[in-house]
Amino acid sequence: MAEVDPHISHRFDEELQEIRAMVLAMGNLVEEQIANAIQALQTGDSALAREIISRDYEVNNYEVHIEEECIGIIARQQPAAGDLRLVMTIIKTVADLERMGDKAAKIADMALAMVHDGLRSASPALLRDIDSMAKYALDMLRRAMDALARADAEAAIEVAKGDEMLNQEYRSAMRRLITYMLEDPRIITQAIDVLFIAKAIERIGDHARNICDHVIYLAKGKNVRHLPIEQVAESLQRE
Amino acid sequence: MSALPISAAKISVRNLDFFYGDNQALKDIRLDIPERQITAFIGPSGCGKTTLLRVFNRMYSLYPGQRASGDVLLDNENILSTQMDLNRLRARVGMVFQAPTPFPMSIYDNIAFGVRRHEPLRRTQMDERVEQSLRQAALWDEVKDNLKGSGLGLSGGQQQRLCIARAVAVKPEVILLDEPTSALDPIATLKIEELVNELRDQFTIVIVTHNMQQAARVSDYTAFMYLGEMVEFGHTNQLFTNPGKKQTEDYITGRFG
Repeated sequence: MAEVDPHISHRFDEELQEIRAMVLAMGNLVEEQIANAIQALQTGDSALAREIISRDYEVNNYEVHIEEECIGIIARQQPAAGDLRLVMTIIKTVADLERMGDKAAKIADMALAMVHDGLRSASPALLRDIDSMAKYALDMLRRAMDALARADAEAAIEVAKGDEMLNQEYRSAMRRLITYMLEDPRIITQAIDVLFIAKAIERIGDHARNICDHVIYLAKGKNVRHLPIEQVAESLQRE
Repeated sequence: MSALPISAAKISVRNLDFFYGDNQALKDIRLDIPERQITAFIGPSGCGKTTLLRVFNRMYSLYPGQRASGDVLLDNENILSTQMDLNRLRARVGMVFQAPTPFPMSIYDNIAFGVRRHEPLRRTQMDERVEQSLRQAALWDEVKDNLKGSGLGLSGGQQQRLCIARAVAVKPEVILLDEPTSALDPIATLKIEELVNELRDQFTIVIVTHNMQQAARVSDYTAFMYLGEMVEFGHTNQLFTNPGKKQTEDYITGRFG
């Protein structure tokens, strides 16, 4: 994260450095889990899907461990100002990352179920929107974590602005899936599975947007949760 | 962000400079101390926070070579004026010091002593005043059966609460606390902090502390001073979560000091 002057206490610096490094590593793991889940879905790779599900505990462990470290820092160091905001930002970010990890595991679960149902994978027509949505959501996550690493509020606003696009993609995907279902009721079960997957990806985008809110709080000390992003951008610009 | 301050100013400091001989200790201080709120002064040693506190009751006038210029208005009356009646000022602006300083006399007389100088009270009235003051200082239950005992026989924390009782007994408007807990253990410290919080409804309180967490815990407003200047003054919550100045941030996060 953005370079700042060192504390008088080296130990405090080291502890903050450690939670920073851990949250970024957790972000990488979650990104990998999501990308693999989409791949497993598209290729019908059940071994990969199983691996994702079994690795979800690693994501959970990160969350618990980082949270414990943060609570320890609050108890022992009594962080203030930017340090306090960093610790709070990390506590909130790991909760969002953990939920994203759950979505990856859920997508892997669905991929496995499809293989189990005798399909190598869902028909390419049904998965059409999933590929582009997933790429978009992953890009949001990557850029949100990058904004966190640099405590860059402007970058966070840009990423957050993109979330509405993903929501729109989800709504069009839903409309298309409904059309398929009307045309051919035999694919309804499969189409509903794909709809759930699209919803999971849309939620990943929401969590990336949440991380952006946390980054804005970290950088600017302003709580912008639940505000429309245009309003946030405007109010930061006026400063 | 809400505007500062919310309540009316009890003390308004305008363009205050302060000198120890040739050495300037305060530089152009401007500040409004909000009425019936707790204001904390923080900053590294030598930043001028205790000097500023001692201006508010003209404590410095006791020492030759110390002088202040500018305006310090207590309810719009300039306390730096040569016409200021210092006895009256010090009855209106009480002070509690770093180390507990009970007089070498009984607990009762520790409190009655100051009151007698300002008000001729009858015995029963004085008894009431002593009890009321000790209750306000959260000390009554511990000493009510021993009012004739020496103030010096109390523990450090009790002695400091006795000094606070002594300060409130003359019914001041402002109470200045100069590092009131630096000689006390953590539990005695928390008792003083709790007491200060209870006194907030009746008095304007200004506290100087080296303990930043204490400032964060007890105060409504915090002023950060550095090298004789007022760097930042704001709501305590704001100052400790999102300070406006880098110097403040560096100090409260332990990057210099």
